[in-house]
Amino acid sequence: MKNYDIVIIGGGPAGLAAAVSARENGIDRIIILERDKELGGILNQCIHNGFGLHTFKEELTGPEYAARFIEQVVAHDIEYNLNTMVMDISREKIVTAMNREEGLFKIQAKAVILAMGCRERPRGALNIPGYRPAGIFSAGTAQRLVNMEGYLPGREVVILGSGDIGLIMARRMTLEGAKVKVVAELMPYSGGLKRNIVQCLDDYGIPLKLSHTVVDIKGKERVEGVTLAKVDDKGKPIPGTEKYYSCDTLLLSVGLIPENELSGGMGVELNPVTSGPRVNESLETNIEGVFACGNVLHVHDLVDFVSEEAMTAGKNAASYVQGRCEQGMILSREEICIKAESGVRYTVPETICPAYMDDKLKVRFRVGGVYKNCCVCVYFDDENVSSRKKAVVAPGEMEEIILTKAQILEHPDMKTITLKIEEA
Amino acid sequence: MYDYDVAIIGGGVSGCAVARELSRYKVNVCVFEKEEDVCCGTSKANSGIVHAGYDAAEGSMKAKMNLRGNELMETLAEDLDIPFRRNGSLVLCLNEEDMPRLEELYNRGIANRVKGLQILDREEVLKKEPNVSEEVCAALYAPTGGIVCPFELNMALAENANVNGVEFRFQTEVQDIRKLEEGYELITNHGIFTARYVVNAAGVYADRFHNMVSERKIHITARRGDYCLLDKSAGNHVNSTIFTLPGKFGKGVLVAPTAHGNLILGPTAIDIEDKEGTNTTREGIDQVLGKVGMSVKNLPMRQVITSFAGLRAHEDQDEFIIEEVEDARGFIDCAGIESPGLTSCPAVGEWIADLLKERMGLEEKVDFVAERKGILKPEDLPEEERAALIRENPAYGNIICRCEMITEGEIVDAIRRPLGARSLDGVKRRTRAGMGRCQAGFCLPRTMEILAREWNIDISEVTKCGGNSRIVTGVNKDTL
Repeated sequence: MKNYDIVIIGGGPAGLAAAVSARENGIDRIIILERDKELGGILNQCIHNGFGLHTFKEELTGPEYAARFIEQVVAHDIEYNLNTMVMDISREKIVTAMNREEGLFKIQAKAVILAMGCRERPRGALNIPGYRPAGIFSAGTAQRLVNMEGYLPGREVVILGSGDIGLIMARRMTLEGAKVKVVAELMPYSGGLKRNIVQCLDDYGIPLKLSHTVVDIKGKERVEGVTLAKVDDKGKPIPGTEKYYSCDTLLLSVGLIPENELSGGMGVELNPVTSGPRVNESLETNIEGVFACGNVLHVHDLVDFVSEEAMTAGKNAASYVQGRCEQGMILSREEICIKAESGVRYTVPETICPAYMDDKLKVRFRVGGVYKNCCVCVYFDDENVSSRKKAVVAPGEMEEIILTKAQILEHPDMKTITLKIEEA
Repeated sequence: MYDYDVAIIGGGVSGCAVARELSRYKVNVCVFEKEEDVCCGTSKANSGIVHAGYDAAEGSMKAKMNLRGNELMETLAEDLDIPFRRNGSLVLCLNEEDMPRLEELYNRGIANRVKGLQILDREEVLKKEPNVSEEVCAALYAPTGGIVCPFELNMALAENANVNGVEFRFQTEVQDIRKLEEGYELITNHGIFTARYVVNAAGVYADRFHNMVSERKIHITARRGDYCLLDKSAGNHVNSTIFTLPGKFGKGVLVAPTAHGNLILGPTAIDIEDKEGTNTTREGIDQVLGKVGMSVKNLPMRQVITSFAGLRAHEDQDEFIIEEVEDARGFIDCAGIESPGLTSCPAVGEWIADLLKERMGLEEKVDFVAERKGILKPEDLPEEERAALIRENPAYGNIICRCEMITEGEIVDAIRRPLGARSLDGVKRRTRAGMGRCQAGFCLPRTMEILAREWNIDISEVTKCGGNSRIVTGVNKDTL
């Protein structure tokens, strides 16, 4: 069996940044296990620009953004295996993986960083009725076909879901010569970034129908058309509002699910809201020495934040290996819970142990609806310690607050930190 | 001279079971299938249940075939190397006042000679299946009930028949049948074929073919069943197949594990006109999701990964018609094969083969191969053997479908074996690649690549299920 200090599962943006950060924090034996034929993950199919504004202060395409990190991985001489599928991770951090060259092999890790990303929700998860012909794709699959393989999945397109991939694909399909007839969104608001609605739909005159869904799919061999209908406030289609669109393709951009089958298999506890691991301030799961970052932890909007989060996970994994693991250094694990309430759907992390906390801790969260002129309020037990005014918060944009160690140490008996959305 | 001694119309489980049983004998057989693969109709979209046999009326063909089919399934599954498990079935009684009807079912089962039937009281049921509804007051337990993979059963029967000499003509639709002095002429989209005998195993279309040769008309209704399939993570929610006694809220829907460890819910029963109407409807799916809660609690509905609909071939008399047509000698019906058709297929094959053996004086082949080896599943091998397999053939080290952990080696096997897969659906039904929780989002481009390579076609020619079901329509900017 091989031995490594840190094994990173996934060579996408999260895995790459975590690896670089772990190396920069003094870890020698690191390996990245990547199932695809190159590093970079989903960024490789995101050939549009807009990546890196926060990290590099410039607009890069997905592959360019990935290249910046891949260069660092190479410069740091970090090992990686491509075309390698991780089959299993045991609680004892034995990683079983497989590829064509080495067959089935095992690695004993001191720490594991979960960076497997997420997958798209399929049609079935929405119970969309109708036939099941060719021509129904999740938007990301279509993106791969178009951007990496050069194939056009269809010529007349209806898109369900206004998540970012759906919006980006509306523009891409148009640029490649397809006619995008409409983008339908079940919710009364878009799940995507505002800038994408402007740049991908408005600029091309593609209509966005909010509070609409697909109620029927026609075509026995290939899609011939779909019927959209307006939905009520419970998401139920309203009879009489049906409208038929002839098309040969239906793209679905109806949500992303963190890919946690490996995590679940090893006993990592998951949060049902994010479908990602529950983590503490170190982005460490309930299994000591197992960290998570990026879309496997919770679905992000911007890769810049994935990289940032992954750098933190890499650094924390490094200090785990050097401290707790090798020196047996154990600090008090008294924990403070972070609760998500009234409008806040979840937080990452969910617990804080002040002894392990950095001077500043970013707590990321999402809201469950669109709130205008509101306050993001933080409570230490019952005491309101901060209220930040926001013109608008929406489920499509991840939010964050900063907690300082100093502030927390001033409240030694605190049990719970609560995040709420309140009226301004 | 005839082109074939026996022409079988339809490559579903019934047609393929007949083909496989006939392949024991020295006889020239061809299966005519209008689709590009076997298992494209009713056989691909059903519950995958091997029924115990208490449902059908005593003495009926349905009862007879069900019991015999159930009995034969075990050896057949072993011979053909397909997943089959006797997980047992429970018919729940949710109202004290319905108890007489549960007893009636028990008595019918006894009359049908179903083995091991028991009526369990509430505590026994809940002990056996803790997720069954608290409302349960008793249940009929049938230990001989089982589950089988319908695709693999169908594929395996066809492959084995083919290896033993049966010809298969795909995308060959029988459009008309003419009676000859003796025998029949099948007019198809690929020419005219003559056969001494015809077996009509055409599922929902069996009435059409029967009525072409007989004055005694039959009528088959397409009865749609909508299903929902849950992720493997929900597969252990129940162990037995859970039926509900039809009660004041109508007929319930079943909840059962599948042979591959998913959980299946359904079906509805909606009579429709269109014999190709396999579209699910909102009402249908809502009915399934609404009814399952009556029999099983805490179902993780967020784990639904797909829904689909199948059509049962419901005959007006509610009976299997498995016989030579009275006014059409040599034309053998295998019609009205709805539930328990999957269970019955081994018996149907045996019955029709026996009939033809006697009629035609068929002689057994000495070189009949009864056993078929399924697609090698590296996942089932011990680690050392799996490692050795990858050393020998690295394609077994390359995972293509991440959800079901299917390797390139398995997909290549599915394509290269007898009657190999030609489309994505063909690969899916043989290997399960694309059948998991992401529903082919990940493996679609990869499987397309393998299909194109193995069949030496362009990627743009790869289809979902033959015909006009191409996956991509062109290349970028080809119209600009």
